Amino acid sequence: MILDRILSGPSGLDQSASANSISRRRFLQVGASAGGGLMLSLRLPSAGRDAAAAGTDVFAPNAFIRIATDGQVVLIMPYVEMGQGTYTSIPMLIAEELEVDLSEVRLEHAPPNEKLYANPLLGVQVTGNSNAIRGAWQPLRQAGAVARTMLVLAAAKRWNVDPVTCRAQRGEVLHVPTTRRLTYGELVADAAQMPIPNNVVLKRPEDFKIIGTAAKRLDTPAKVNGTAVYGIDARPPGVKIATLAQSPVFGGRVKRVDDRAAKAVKGVHQIVRLDDAVAVVADHMGAAKKALAALMIEWDDGPHAKLSTEDVAQELRLATLNSGAVAEHIGDARGALAMAATKVDATYEVPFLAHAAMEPMNCTVHARKDECEIWIGTQAIARVQAEAARVTGLPVDKVVVHNHMLGGGFGRRLESDGAARAVQIALHVDGPVKVVWTREEDIQHDMYRPYWFDRFSAGLDNNGLPIAWEHRFAGSSVIARYLPPAFKDGLDPDSTEGAIDLVYALPNKHVEYVRVEPPGVPTAFWRSVGPSHTVFVVESFMDELAGAAKQDPVAYRLALLDKAPRAKAVLALAAEKAGWGQPLPERVGRGVSVQNVFATYMAQVAEVEVSKDGAVRVRRVVCAVDCGTVINPDTVQAQVQSAIIFGITAALHGEITLKDGRVQQSNFDTYQMLRMNEAPAIEVHIGRSFEPPGGMGECGTSCIVPAVANAIFAATGKRLRKMPVDAAALKQPL
Amino acid sequence: MAFAIKVNGNTHSVDVDGDTPLLWVLRDVLGMTGTKFGCGMALCGACTVHIDGVPARSCITSIDSIGSAEIATIEAIGASAAGARIQKAWLDREVVQCGYCQSGQIMSASALIASNRHPTDSDIDAAMSGNICRCGTYLRIREAIKQAAQSSAQGG
Repeated sequence: MILDRILSGPSGLDQSASANSISRRRFLQVGASAGGGLMLSLRLPSAGRDAAAAGTDVFAPNAFIRIATDGQVVLIMPYVEMGQGTYTSIPMLIAEELEVDLSEVRLEHAPPNEKLYANPLLGVQVTGNSNAIRGAWQPLRQAGAVARTMLVLAAAKRWNVDPVTCRAQRGEVLHVPTTRRLTYGELVADAAQMPIPNNVVLKRPEDFKIIGTAAKRLDTPAKVNGTAVYGIDARPPGVKIATLAQSPVFGGRVKRVDDRAAKAVKGVHQIVRLDDAVAVVADHMGAAKKALAALMIEWDDGPHAKLSTEDVAQELRLATLNSGAVAEHIGDARGALAMAATKVDATYEVPFLAHAAMEPMNCTVHARKDECEIWIGTQAIARVQAEAARVTGLPVDKVVVHNHMLGGGFGRRLESDGAARAVQIALHVDGPVKVVWTREEDIQHDMYRPYWFDRFSAGLDNNGLPIAWEHRFAGSSVIARYLPPAFKDGLDPDSTEGAIDLVYALPNKHVEYVRVEPPGVPTAFWRSVGPSHTVFVVESFMDELAGAAKQDPVAYRLALLDKAPRAKAVLALAAEKAGWGQPLPERVGRGVSVQNVFATYMAQVAEVEVSKDGAVRVRRVVCAVDCGTVINPDTVQAQVQSAIIFGITAALHGEITLKDGRVQQSNFDTYQMLRMNEAPAIEVHIGRSFEPPGGMGECGTSCIVPAVANAIFAATGKRLRKMPVDAAALKQPL
Repeated sequence: MAFAIKVNGNTHSVDVDGDTPLLWVLRDVLGMTGTKFGCGMALCGACTVHIDGVPARSCITSIDSIGSAEIATIEAIGASAAGARIQKAWLDREVVQCGYCQSGQIMSASALIASNRHPTDSDIDAAMSGNICRCGTYLRIREAIKQAAQSSAQGG
């Protein structure tokens, strides 16, 4: 068991130096082609080959692989590990083609470098949108194959034999006719001199030895004995600990601070006052928290001092009365609605949600005169680097960022606000300072999953089939802020995913989106983001249509899926495995949902029990998933289990509310998580497929929420059109 | 004032206020970062350690309340038979995802199987429901506890 498998943190390599040396060599360049497909090309870096670097002690054919003369293989991870298993699945892709055992590789976090490490599908160096495997599938197998090919060529040249008579296996090159062998370590110097091949052949799926297996995770041994290093564990020498209070109302300012009592707390070094926050710097977090509680801060609440959730919801509701940007238009929904035998109208709304990753927000910064060094766990390392450069006024290359394990991401760690805040504080501190948010700050100064409001009208024909579908919704666009070029003509691909291009055959369909930014409330990506909203409303409304047509919810959906065989297959499988249609006790119901989001098809059946006082318990969930080619089936299962628990947490407990401009929830007592005693049994059935891999980190979350709501309807006859579940509304009448 | 505390068999002298939570002494003063901060209010269990073998939330345990009691943390739990079985079961069952809460989960689970060789589902609920896992690894935690308890019962 290699405990220090992950090279990380302050004791790790100087990552900026390592990045520079890599950038002097050849690298794989990956870009999205105009047609949207992947384009691979190999090119020489502008500086050409560095003779010294290419010389003797390391073979680094691209930015993802480094092999030393002792045979040690280091893989540089362009995607971060936040629980979703990338530090196993990405090495599986490379190792499959490089022909090395997973147990032999060591991993290194990639440094910030958008050119080398951007996700080719997103164009930026981030881990999110369930995109790591989708982005890595071609280029990282290619990276492994390039390295393997060069090692084989080097061996063939050494032996003076035809390369086709040589084969790579388990970290060696074998000359088949003579069984001579050379280890990769012995070939390092020669391989570094080989020309980079323009074309390499990737393995056929039937030849995979690693891809498709339930390989053991590489990141876990250090996570069961306390040695894994998360951002919050960074301890550069001399580090001080800070915690902070930010304006309780978004957009407010510090008016007056009385810090006499705080300064008197043992272990406190200084109080840092910023425009909109106050921080305490101390020897340890205990002293910092004690002093924070002793601070007397008077705030100028600013323009949002009276804001409430009701104000936000009302604005969104009104916005859906006017037209928005047309996201999808098929046939003539308005005309068909006028002809319909039955009409169904409904409105839905979903709340702001916090991320509440178990590792509270934190960032360690050493701001020197001409350099800024940062220790953090981030999904977007280049964004952190750029933000620190902006705050300090330093050039980007003077900001060194060390990435770490993430104690949960869920989109929160795509944002750089925490790093910016830590840098602002560090500019006032002599030496390194670790800024750790209390859980209360973490929840009350999150950037929230947007609040959305939806309005639907549908028309059914005499057979109950939907002949008209109109959907208009309003809410914040995270993409418009985060990736402005991707927000075009009033639309973005995240907000609309799951609302358009549905799996169902709907002949007349019209979908509009109205962008409305809530005043003062910052919004952000959150596990499954757009689909966490759209799939809930679409699959709830589809259930309403089945009800209006007096048809079974599964049969009704199946009849609309003839042109979506993968969706039809997962729905049929989930229904069968769940025992759909079999009798259940009173106030127990089954609910179904089906979706195609993040390039993965999924169906779920939830079995829910509603007590007489309205308390909801999810007893069992059956999930069928077709995510294309499976890299690691155990990780797929784990991600489904995880995402379902995440979604049930939101459905039953999740709600951030505002009153007088302040977030009313603060810790796990008021912002509750699903716990062990509430977790349902979860069955996962994975379909076999050779389609390209789809995303798996998020789709389970969007799918479960409507399945639960539909099951509650089946159990009680109450249709919940607003999340989270309102237990009071489900009370059994006396 | 200075307090002498015994952690994983070693005595340390720390000079902090008496109301300082043990969590911060471990993490920030002694540099033992395996024990995690999650909530600061004993609501999530990420900071769980053993004090004389009993699981305790170190975020609300003041340093002046510990006296001469023996503190055990995740860094040393593998030295106990129950801890080693739990760690093995955690890896066998691939429990861990982000891993941040798992130090606390492992400390709670080790204490459970050390005192109860045949934990039922409701025993597991009672012992583990104070530990939040945002990645939702509960199903695998339950399986792993049962595996570890079984190997414990078989191992005598």
